[in-house]
Amino acid sequence: MTQSQPVLEVKDLTTRFDTQDGVVHAVNGVSFDVNPGEFLGVVGESGSGKSVTMMSLLRLIPMPPGEIISGEARYDDQDLLQIDIEELRDIRGGKIGFIFQDPMTSLNPVLTVGYQIQESLRIHQELPTDLRQDRAVELLELVGIPSAKQRLKSFPHELSGGMRQRVMIAVALACSPKILIADEPTTALDVTIQAQIIELVKDLRERLGTAVIWITHDLGVVAGIADRVIVMYGGQIVEEAKVEDLYESPHHPYTIGLLGSIPRLDQKGSELISIAGAPPSLYSAPEACTFAPRCPWAFERCHQENPPLLQIGEGRRAACWWDIENERPRDVD
Amino acid sequence: MLTDSTKSGANSTPAAADPLVQVTGLKKHFPILGGLFRRQVGAVKAVDGVSFHIERGETLGLVGESGSGKSTIGRVMLQLDHATEGSVLFEGTELTDTRGEALRQIRPKMQMVFQDPHASLNPRMTVASIVGEPLREHRAGSREERKTRIDELLDLVGLEPGHANRYPHEFSGGQRQRIGIARAIALSPDFIVCDEPIAALDVSIQSQIVNLLEKLQDTLGLTYLFISHDLSMVRHIADRVAVMYLGRIMELSDVDELYTDPKHPYTKALLSAVPVPDPKIEAVRQRVILEGDIPSPANPPPGCPFNTRCPVAQERCELEVPAWRELSHGHWVACHFAE
Repeated sequence: MTQSQPVLEVKDLTTRFDTQDGVVHAVNGVSFDVNPGEFLGVVGESGSGKSVTMMSLLRLIPMPPGEIISGEARYDDQDLLQIDIEELRDIRGGKIGFIFQDPMTSLNPVLTVGYQIQESLRIHQELPTDLRQDRAVELLELVGIPSAKQRLKSFPHELSGGMRQRVMIAVALACSPKILIADEPTTALDVTIQAQIIELVKDLRERLGTAVIWITHDLGVVAGIADRVIVMYGGQIVEEAKVEDLYESPHHPYTIGLLGSIPRLDQKGSELISIAGAPPSLYSAPEACTFAPRCPWAFERCHQENPPLLQIGEGRRAACWWDIENERPRDVD
Repeated sequence: MLTDSTKSGANSTPAAADPLVQVTGLKKHFPILGGLFRRQVGAVKAVDGVSFHIERGETLGLVGESGSGKSTIGRVMLQLDHATEGSVLFEGTELTDTRGEALRQIRPKMQMVFQDPHASLNPRMTVASIVGEPLREHRAGSREERKTRIDELLDLVGLEPGHANRYPHEFSGGQRQRIGIARAIALSPDFIVCDEPIAALDVSIQSQIVNLLEKLQDTLGLTYLFISHDLSMVRHIADRVAVMYLGRIMELSDVDELYTDPKHPYTKALLSAVPVPDPKIEAVRQRVILEGDIPSPANPPPGCPFNTRCPVAQERCELEVPAWRELSHGHWVACHFAE
């Protein structure tokens, strides 16, 4: 399927949270990989496990209550879930950058922008002070912040939402990471600012060759930027495909429902087809297909067995017992 | 009041034969207090002279980015905030100078659906008491009649009678929004302001709520002001659309015309910024990327409010506020150069 060695390989990742109300099965056996320089979109609604999956990789979830039950996350011949925390710290922010949704809460309000950009340079690259400063200016210019040199002395509250997100991107890119994980980076922003950030990330990826994992609930955003898309539901991957294939012929009923339920700017549709019901409770391990109660195609097997992610074509996987193309149950054990 | 606002230069859209709501030259300035004696040192011009009308049975979409003043318009129209200047005529009654009991008599006819279904429902009240509160408040029917009405309302919004005695926290976001809608339609209003009713909901739930709003509009003959930043959803639900920027309406037109043939540079940029869920279209789309951010409404730029970010701005735009003119029938725009 892939010509080159994936830069990140995740196998069978399972994360749970032990809460007062019971065990939350947030991520259930998720496997995927990311190729060098690839733009991977991860789509899902709230509670689908998309953020927890990515945070688990870098062990950024609070433990306890969180616990990574099983899995493997291979980066550069190391298993991120096994290596000791000192080594992991080198990778976090150094080899793998992370951008969070809300730039206001992820920047420290009492430290200047310049300090926060240089922090990762100081920790990971041990550059002398003056070189660090130059690099910080360079980074701010790279992410399109005007009068970068003066901006080093600004505090986060002096910047607008879009500017803060640019600073976050600069921080994440400071050590030229191989992978950039962006968790809903534009959700808190206005649409014209979102367009600025998307253009910026697209451009940066082309220039720097960084692989990007872009987590979002917005199918529109992913359509324009991703090479490949993973759709998550109830803590599992339900479909994976190249971006054109996914939008052209979605194979999982959830993806079909999702695409049918969003209105489009470029056409006036008739009634929106909504997915009946609500997302699944995560308080029990999935024993049957988690989408079956909302699925118009569900049949007996769906309520009894949880479908694995099946290879259904070139670069395509879907976790569904129903073969939508041939309109019959899939012939697998 | 009315003559005042006409004089202040705000041209109104020509009133339809009998609009349900007619807004003329509406302004809402929030004072900024400062100094030792808390004197007013400035004003946030949240809404700065807008005029439009809403016809019976239609949905007017009101779109704009955060801080553009769209929610404030909704609140001022329902008299939840007092207008600084201008007029709001509802079925021929001037609301801005109606007070007390007279206003209370009108309130049942105009209701609101709020953005956050978590914050807009009292957690200590049961669903029945939330939905029944407007009925009690306006003494609509006996206890028995109210109970029947509550069941009927829950059924209308797709909830079960058994839900009546539960509390808001037992419901999902989508169901809570249904409770909020049941409360809004309890007194059979004519007009509902929907203030970002789906913004807090998951994608697959948003369409359920929008379909419900459309169904209720058909069966109950409702008129909506649909405030949203989701341009795709507004195209779906609205009949006409007004685009706001920094407290002013930049363009107003029939929905199809606005989306296929926008005239104002801001509308063009806004529409081009919205991603379309289709990789083939996305691959060939030309984007207008606006530079910079929306200026502060406390200190708006002189002239056209959009001139600081406008790709086609000229000197004139910094000096002169563009007139609100009708380019073609029902298509209004505030730009010197739109044609």
